[in-house]
Amino acid sequence: MPADDTAPLFSERKGFGRRVINVLNGNPTIIPMLVLIVGVIAFSLIVGERFLHPFNLSLVLQQVTVIGVLALAQTLIILTAGIDLSVGAIMVLSSIAMGHLSIQFGVPPALSLLIGIVTGGICGALNGIFITLLRLPPFIVTLGTWSIFNSVLQFWSGGQTIRQQEIAADAAVLQWTGTAFRAGAAQLTLGSLLMLGLALLLWYILNRTAYGRHIYAVGNDPTAARLSGINTRKVLFSVYVLAGLICGIAGWILIGRIGAVSPLGGATANLDSITAVVIGGTSLFGGRGSIAGTLMGALIVGLFRNGLALAGLDVLWQEFAIGILIIIAVGFDQWLRRISV
Amino acid sequence: MTTPDLLRNAGGETPILAARNLRKSFGRVVAMDGADFDLYPGEILAVIGDNGAGKSSMISALAGAMRPDSGDIWLDGKIVRFSSPMDARDAGVETVFQTLAMAPALTIVDNLFLGREYRKSGIQGAIFRTLDRRRMRAEARHHLSQLGLMTIQNIDQIVETLSGGQRQGVAVARACAFGSRVIILDEPTAALGVKETRKVLDLIRDVRQRGIAIVLISHNMPNVFEIADRVHIHRLGRRIAQIRPSELSMSDAVAIMTGAMEPPEPQLEGSPNVQT
Repeated sequence: MPADDTAPLFSERKGFGRRVINVLNGNPTIIPMLVLIVGVIAFSLIVGERFLHPFNLSLVLQQVTVIGVLALAQTLIILTAGIDLSVGAIMVLSSIAMGHLSIQFGVPPALSLLIGIVTGGICGALNGIFITLLRLPPFIVTLGTWSIFNSVLQFWSGGQTIRQQEIAADAAVLQWTGTAFRAGAAQLTLGSLLMLGLALLLWYILNRTAYGRHIYAVGNDPTAARLSGINTRKVLFSVYVLAGLICGIAGWILIGRIGAVSPLGGATANLDSITAVVIGGTSLFGGRGSIAGTLMGALIVGLFRNGLALAGLDVLWQEFAIGILIIIAVGFDQWLRRISV
Repeated sequence: MTTPDLLRNAGGETPILAARNLRKSFGRVVAMDGADFDLYPGEILAVIGDNGAGKSSMISALAGAMRPDSGDIWLDGKIVRFSSPMDARDAGVETVFQTLAMAPALTIVDNLFLGREYRKSGIQGAIFRTLDRRRMRAEARHHLSQLGLMTIQNIDQIVETLSGGQRQGVAVARACAFGSRVIILDEPTAALGVKETRKVLDLIRDVRQRGIAIVLISHNMPNVFEIADRVHIHRLGRRIAQIRPSELSMSDAVAIMTGAMEPPEPQLEGSPNVQT
């Protein structure tokens, strides 16, 4: 750059701090990655061998799989500056659809699995209709549908759990996601692999297709997106449907995880999914964040719970620590937004 | 449809973008009251007018962002009806809105191609919808360097990290990039400092050099008088005068704009060959 060129149009904003901010802005996964690394080092120092043992780490992966998949769905929604408080209810409703269709109505298990996932998509579409056609705020809509889906699933299941043995006998495919296999000293489940596969697919969609870039644009600046020729309502609607389908898949993974179909599975899942997304560096204001960050967010929550438990701390202090993590994550996002404009 | 005679000026020239008798009201508020508009090939036309004079409504109609209640718009002598900014853009009328219409958290390349991304050829593009990122980056680099903006070092930089002038530059580059014939710039210098304003004015001249006609909406009279070939003065929902900056003073233009002075008669007819 010529030395005599002083016009700001042609010069970069400089300085170390500014550069760090630019890097953080362009790579939102750096912070969760640092937290993950620091957390792992800290816990391995405090707890020792047991924490770092592959079996323990793979156990954490199993524990976070259900919430991880819900968090993937939640990431899509939050990227559009929305929020979905009904993901947990959609997941349980889907799992109940799968279980009841195959056990009580004798629908072939593979078909009821498919119908269950589509049920999730329909629930998502319902959210999408309220949000895009009636232009109601996502928070209110999904608070309402959370209630609705919950009552529907209670009604449908009659409050009854379908036991593990029944499913194993008549609809084993529903438990497929719980299938465990050993990889060295680690123990993985097919459900965890499914989560990683889904994450890869969503990463591809978000970063390598026009649709993915449009999701970011709609969340970041809806007016700009519209003026650029993006059909923002279509994008929004499709995101809610896609998220619903992913919640349906989460329902399948839930059955694999607990073995049974229970109407009580998703009580805290809604908020846990948001926790993972936020700790993963995705902004609640939309347009910023990543799938990799969400996976790390889910792992951070799992590792902190696991590490604190191994360190002998009571469950309530685990919740306490997660709460602090959330506030730090959101505070950091706010700060980054304020100084980067 | 052949060019209507009413559009031709004294020199027999056809405006590249023209409008006659545009009307639009919002309830009782009349935003356009028979507004006319003429832009000739290769010129920079400034549109000035007091706040509330209806400039924005007229520009929105020309840019496809709003449909007039009545009246016609011609592009290259053919009647056009834009029902969205995309329609206008496809026809070659690009608008750089005051808000720039860029997503600040996305990169320069993402923003340049937002809403008209290239996909890879073959199966990858057709079935997997894969973006052709290499091609988009190469073209982005090309367009930015054509406008002398290549000192933006990293086209994968997110737009938020750019200065106001750089953002304006990227928005103008986006407008130029897609073979447009008319670029409408809405208050391009309103948010900029003196040096950045200078750069953007240079940029506008560069764009004109490439044969693109420019409509410049601005409140900045010195800028307008410096750069415009002609000035369209808007008042009370319609065009009340067209002047040449060389023939009238800035204060007269402001007086006409505010109604303190009668517009000169007869009204000037446009011609692209005027150098100021």
